Amino acid sequence: MATSHAQKVGRWALAPSLAALTVWAFVPLAIAIYFAFLRYNLQSDNTGWFGLNNFYYFVNDPYFYKDLFNTVALVLSVLAITIVGGTGLAILLDQPFWGRGIVRVLMISPFFIMPTVSSLVWKNLLMHPVFGLFAAIQRFFGASHVLDWFGTVPLLSVIIIVSWQWLPYAALILLTALQSLDLEQKDASMMDGAGPVSFFRYIVLPHLSRPITVVILIETIFLLNVFAEIKVTSVGGFAGNLTYLVASQLNEATDIGEAAAGGLIAVVLANLVSIFLVRIVGKNLGT
Amino acid sequence: MGKIKLNKVRKAFGEAVIIPGADLEIKEGEFIVFVGPSGCGKSTLLRLIAGLEDLTSGKIEIDGRDVTDTAPGSRGLAMVFQSYALYPHMSVRNNIAFPLKMAKMPQTEIDAKIAKAAKTLNLTDYLDRKPGQLSGGQRQRVAIGRAIVRSPQGFLFDEPLSNLDAALRVNMRLEIMQLHQDLKATMVYVTHDQVEAMTMADRIVVLNRGNIEQVGTPLELYNKPNSLFVAGFIGSPKMNFVEGNTIGVRPEHLDISDKKGEWQGTVKLSEHLGSDTFLHVDGGKRGQLTVRATGESQFGPGNKIWMTPQKGRLHHFDAQGRATK
Ligand SMILES: Nc1ncnc2c1ncn2[C@@H]1O[C@H](COP(=O)(O)OP(=O)(O)O)[C@@H](O)[C@H]1O
Ligand SMILES: [Mg+2]
Repeated sequence: MATSHAQKVGRWALAPSLAALTVWAFVPLAIAIYFAFLRYNLQSDNTGWFGLNNFYYFVNDPYFYKDLFNTVALVLSVLAITIVGGTGLAILLDQPFWGRGIVRVLMISPFFIMPTVSSLVWKNLLMHPVFGLFAAIQRFFGASHVLDWFGTVPLLSVIIIVSWQWLPYAALILLTALQSLDLEQKDASMMDGAGPVSFFRYIVLPHLSRPITVVILIETIFLLNVFAEIKVTSVGGFAGNLTYLVASQLNEATDIGEAAAGGLIAVVLANLVSIFLVRIVGKNLGT
Repeated sequence: MGKIKLNKVRKAFGEAVIIPGADLEIKEGEFIVFVGPSGCGKSTLLRLIAGLEDLTSGKIEIDGRDVTDTAPGSRGLAMVFQSYALYPHMSVRNNIAFPLKMAKMPQTEIDAKIAKAAKTLNLTDYLDRKPGQLSGGQRQRVAIGRAIVRSPQGFLFDEPLSNLDAALRVNMRLEIMQLHQDLKATMVYVTHDQVEAMTMADRIVVLNRGNIEQVGTPLELYNKPNSLFVAGFIGSPKMNFVEGNTIGVRPEHLDISDKKGEWQGTVKLSEHLGSDTFLHVDGGKRGQLTVRATGESQFGPGNKIWMTPQKGRLHHFDAQGRATK
């Protein structure tokens, strides 16, 4: 137990970072809230109080429901892929094999590549219907008609690209967590008659539930903001998300008020999605 | 049920041979203790019996059945680990239920067994807690509970008391012995503490660098150690060795006098335990000797004393450290 003196010192020690955090997080949010209620369009002089109209127009944008769906679909699919795949990769990388150190370093490299760059690589070198590796593979197996990824399955294409970027992150966090699992637990569960599947289900997964929650929270924040991948691959019209919609309000329609309203809606959505996901993990993994 | 037979069991980790070749028969219902210094391979031998390590060569039988390649969970054995190895995210109830759940036992039966085990081990009030909320002794009980619910034919204990404080250790020692009487199952118990070995065992197996030095009842090992190693390891304080390690005599088998005797020496230190006094004596060319005097000894540091080994209490060893006669 900390003494009251220690608590007081602790509070003062925390104060600067709290102040910085407040300025950092709160000021932009406050400005966004303020703008969201203004008529504020760079193409018009007519500014002033606008009530809930910005929200009304954003929600009634012809793209709104489609982009809302895309946002949620993108977040959920990438989360599912990176967590399931990341758990699998983490278990593989936890096994002793030759060159494990190097493989682990290589693993994280997609995470260091700028989203714009990796999107370009995926767009032009892998998924391109003429020059792309995937098309070449299809043709090698005798396909006369190759898949036009961005034309036929734009959302899936974005999901694949984003998953590729986030898989190493999830795998690395989960690998670190796996390494902290006490090996005697494995021995004990074997003595108790648990096979590999039961060991995974009853010992490993609950052990991973907290790191999985962390991965979900952090990834959700970033995945709601996916933009470069959609912009670079020019699939915004079909696979755009709310971030993309906000950006088009800003850039194409220059409507700052409506963009701010859209941003607030996205913030609320982000919170709803993460609360919902964390609940699910807590219920199913933590026994 | 619960007869365990080791046949030329050998274990090497890569180049390092830890158990060169062990032959041992553990009888039904026996309390057998593996004792030896740290790193001598006690845990390895226990884990071989459990099936947690693969044999390099040799054979293990339980009740006449060859289990050398049988999975740990199918050998009819339960194990209590040194660090308890409880499942931290499960309640005490689920920890104890885990082996039953793995055996696909119906829930009503599981509940009954847990209630019974909890009652035996005084855990009824703690069933819904997590292991992290329990004291060391309670965790130990949960580990034992998890072991007994399956009614195994044999129990394996790996230094189960070494993480407990002294008072609790004595208590748990008695509880485990009581458990052995009640369950009548075979128990294999590993410890580096020879006092634990002497007090608990039906028979003791002394291990030295992976080799079985001697197997026998506590008193057999005390009275007739067949090597210098066993003689030095069993008994506290340690046996005195003189004449270039060819003769040994226990501290309690030296009579002392201030007038006459066979060996002379000067008392350097005395330790008073109340019931006994340990005298540490400089025996001249015989080196440092320890003498155990009953009650409060009249001798103290600086006193010159004579020591006489009791008749028939000398142990003789050859140059290889084997007991002669
Ligand atoms: N998995 C392993 N790999 C390599 N060496 C091991 C392994 N397990 C134990 N050893 C070695 O075997 C020897 C005996 O260990 P152990 O059986 O744990 O001794 P004890 O339980 O008697 O203290 C030690 O020298 C230890 O380093
Ligand atoms: Mg050990």
